[in-house]
Amino acid sequence: MEAITSRIGRGQVLLADGAIGSLLMARGLPRGAPPEGVNLEHPEILEEIARLYLEAGAEIIQTNTFGASPLKLANYGLGEQAGAINESAVRAVRRAVGERAYVSASCGPSGRILQPYGDMEAEKMFASFQLQMQALIQAGADIICVETMSDISEAQLAIQAARSVSPSIPVMATMTFEATARGFFTIMGVTIEKASSELQKAGADLIGSNCGNGSLQMVAIAKEFRKFTVLPLLIQANAGVPELRAGQVYYPETPEYMAEMCRELIGAGVAVIGGCCGTTPEHTRAMRKVVDEKKKNSRGS
Amino acid sequence: MEILKKIAQCLEVGDDAGVPPLVRQALAEGIVAKTILDDGLIAGMNTVGEKFRVHEIFLPDVLLAAKAMYAGMDVLKPLLLSAGVSSRGRVVIGSVQGDLHDIGKNLVGIMLKGAGFEVIDLGNDVAAEKFVAAAKSHDACVIGMSALLTTTMPVMKEVVDLLNKENLSGKIKTIIGGAPVSQNYAGEIGADAYGYDCAQAVAGVKKLAAAVP
Repeated sequence: MEAITSRIGRGQVLLADGAIGSLLMARGLPRGAPPEGVNLEHPEILEEIARLYLEAGAEIIQTNTFGASPLKLANYGLGEQAGAINESAVRAVRRAVGERAYVSASCGPSGRILQPYGDMEAEKMFASFQLQMQALIQAGADIICVETMSDISEAQLAIQAARSVSPSIPVMATMTFEATARGFFTIMGVTIEKASSELQKAGADLIGSNCGNGSLQMVAIAKEFRKFTVLPLLIQANAGVPELRAGQVYYPETPEYMAEMCRELIGAGVAVIGGCCGTTPEHTRAMRKVVDEKKKNSRGS
Repeated sequence: MEILKKIAQCLEVGDDAGVPPLVRQALAEGIVAKTILDDGLIAGMNTVGEKFRVHEIFLPDVLLAAKAMYAGMDVLKPLLLSAGVSSRGRVVIGSVQGDLHDIGKNLVGIMLKGAGFEVIDLGNDVAAEKFVAAAKSHDACVIGMSALLTTTMPVMKEVVDLLNKENLSGKIKTIIGGAPVSQNYAGEIGADAYGYDCAQAVAGVKKLAAAVP
């Protein structure tokens, strides 16, 4: 399989998958249970979800390891099993997709706050991420996806942890921004300008944003990133801001709408486009068409 | 009272080592503990909350200010207790079942303490029954619930329904917050209030607590 970074280097736009958590819940994951518990108990469910996104046209499939750093798993008493939980998730996706898609290993925030603002020591947080990265990379992940970060130091520790395990594995890193009257900031006060320089400094190959926003805001975020970086961009929007309808959580952005916005993101120079909370294989399918159109057009020109 | 202003400013910049000596100095000047709390620490924390609300400062600044406030509270606590200063009421808070996103909730807890409430923090993964049981056993007037995952939002409705079922809805008020919830959602499930951010949450709790007989 051609390396993901080389395909992006040739100007290709790659489609990543959508949400996992909601699909897990639809398959009986009880509320309150850690989503990563499934990795050991029912890896076949992870395979099924990966296949759904693969069939919908995603070329990058994420592992169910967002909260699988030992620090985060410790909340559920699963810290000791972090290695096995991460490995199992990578292997499940690999079984489902073979070499037809890239296995992207997700790594979310530790849930702890670094000193001096919180009580966590940087060395301990790094060690936690390193253990997770070791397991993900050993199990055969094609790319690492550090995501939903709000603290730039934590994001850097995670990227550096991946780099310490493998100097060559491609690393994507995204942060979650909030629109304010003064521009976009993470809750920890990180601007897109700062994210651009610091994520690159830590060793990320692709940078961008996920979660927190619907597609329209994400187009603005992508354009802002473009001002400050030459690195390829990665954007994973939520399917809008959730509403509750008749007792059910409902995400307002339809597959058609997100496909339309996908066109905008491509126009803004985004290299990897996927979905976050509320997106489904239907969204992926609709976005696939737009990405394919782009492919045709660029071949024609 | 210059010293109280100094305390507030010291807290606003998150100087946790600077606050206790100033608090002691204020006491030595004969200012009563309750005044130092209200016009020094809480005043400073309110400014911090307001600046956070308008995105002038961010979470790190608030966390440092909270540390500074606790440092000041440690000096005042024994005096407040012995003076029998009554609290504004008790508030039970927690992240609803399934959530481990507790930064927002912790922040609201800090701000509520700063505003003079007694806070019972149930932590994360709090089930509806636990919220209601804790509110009853602590004689709380408000339950504050936070969710950051859409999948856990329905637990908030379970709490409201449970209070209704137990005929407690007038006596124990509910306020909700967190990224996926909204004023509309609060209305839909019958929660008494919605806090868009920490400052709004504290203002909401104040209003609700005052309305509870």
